[in-house]
Amino acid sequence: MVDPKIVVKDLNIDYGGAPALKDMNFSVMDKEILGVIGPANSGKTSFLRALNRLNDLDLGCRMKGSILLNGKDINREMDAEEVRKKVTMVFALPIPLPMSIFDNIAYGPRRHGIKDKKKLEEIVEKSLRAGYLWDEVKDRLTSSAMKLSGGQQQRLCIARTLAVEPEVILYDEPCSGLDPISTAKVEDAIRELKSRYTQILVTNNVKQAARVGDKVAFFLMGELVEIGEANQLFTAPKDKRTNDYLTGRFG
Amino acid sequence: MRKFREAIIEKTILLNGFACILFVVLIFVFLAKDGLTLFRTIAIQDFLFGQIWSPLAEPPQFGILPLFLGSLFVTVGATVISVPLGMACAIFIGEIAPRWMREVLKAGVELLAAIPSIVIGFIGMTMLGPVVKSLFHLPTGLTAVTGSIALAFMAIPTMVSIMEDAITSVPRTYKEGSLALGATHWQTIYRVIIPAASSGIVAAIMLGIGRVIGETMAVMMLTGNASVMPKTILAPVRTMTATIAAEMGETVRGSEHYFALFAIGLVLFGITFLINFLADMARHRKKK
Repeated sequence: MVDPKIVVKDLNIDYGGAPALKDMNFSVMDKEILGVIGPANSGKTSFLRALNRLNDLDLGCRMKGSILLNGKDINREMDAEEVRKKVTMVFALPIPLPMSIFDNIAYGPRRHGIKDKKKLEEIVEKSLRAGYLWDEVKDRLTSSAMKLSGGQQQRLCIARTLAVEPEVILYDEPCSGLDPISTAKVEDAIRELKSRYTQILVTNNVKQAARVGDKVAFFLMGELVEIGEANQLFTAPKDKRTNDYLTGRFG
Repeated sequence: MRKFREAIIEKTILLNGFACILFVVLIFVFLAKDGLTLFRTIAIQDFLFGQIWSPLAEPPQFGILPLFLGSLFVTVGATVISVPLGMACAIFIGEIAPRWMREVLKAGVELLAAIPSIVIGFIGMTMLGPVVKSLFHLPTGLTAVTGSIALAFMAIPTMVSIMEDAITSVPRTYKEGSLALGATHWQTIYRVIIPAASSGIVAAIMLGIGRVIGETMAVMMLTGNASVMPKTILAPVRTMTATIAAEMGETVRGSEHYFALFAIGLVLFGITFLINFLADMARHRKKK
């Protein structure tokens, strides 16, 4: 029996008003891709932000329950920086930092103490290759990352998270601002990374969750309605609400 | 009828816009007219690089180098003190302080800007001067350093409020992007937020310096007003602004001395113009 990578226990979150997440309980296995779907305001982003403790930045945010990573409580037994190094996030809008392509990728490793130039170059190349971007940018690593196209910027952001050698990668609607071709490339990258990382993909695009996810969770109004194998959930959902959402009755 | 009203309003606004520029141009023209008259009788290099300012001597000498150095010492001193303090303050307000404290501090900083310079000069004279005197064992506490410290406190509010604006207008996503990669808060401030806000920060420093150079009342009270070549920053100095303020009342209109003061004004105008120009360049550099 393999221990799960992430365990969510009785997770409740609110931002001072109505709860954003209610009594969540589930686990994610190592090297699994979990797709999270649900309409707006269903708590998907709150959930991701709890996983790498970005919710700490919101002063009004209150959290109950616990999240375990490799059996350790991320809020009580780990530093925020340690959590965020192991559990990195790719945001909805690609946000390259205002510096060169090289520096964007090297940013994470440098902050974690890697100074050797050779080593950094190695990491940058490896990460860009893994993010399917190397061939497009290898001749202009010193130019500003802000000049890349939207799809390239998003793959840069993925490559940047890979450079810190995380264990878990979170995606917050990573393709919401991208065209279909760029989306396909990002999805390819996600599938390619499956051999090494546990990945959680929050998406508004139900079909994307079906294409990429091993398992899929359906969130509604802060509640986990259903979680299951992607095939099962899409073909024979157990809960009526899941079925309604998938067939387009609401959302 | 509506069209007519629109036209009138538009013209009025246009006129007001031009009026501002017109005033600046007129000020410059009058300053230049009287200032440049001096150079009919005095060589420009004797004026700019002469080491003695002695308008009442016979023959009078109008070398503004000691005054220029006075301004320079005071300004550089004030900058050295105010930039680190101001930056630390702006970073604390913009990034670190909890929300309630942020509001209190911002109000406090704005209040500091509202203190009249004469009050700062007064406090500096009675409190700061004696401290400087006993600290450095000087014959007088009214020196360039005293002026620098007081001016630093006058420059800090300007700097802090502009820097703080620049820091808080750095997109929140940059900060989150950096934190999500496992960088610490300080690493994020130092590596991402400050570089992203750098143009605003430079502009803030420039405007702070502009404020310091132009300040008259407090420096007149605090720097000792000795128009001799300053050897150290612990010596009494006299700035260009203080010279104009102190001597304008005693000159004969149309005399050499009178024109010399206008020429100093012209030099000051040039310096502040340059600083504002650089600040503007810094501010727009990023936007291109």
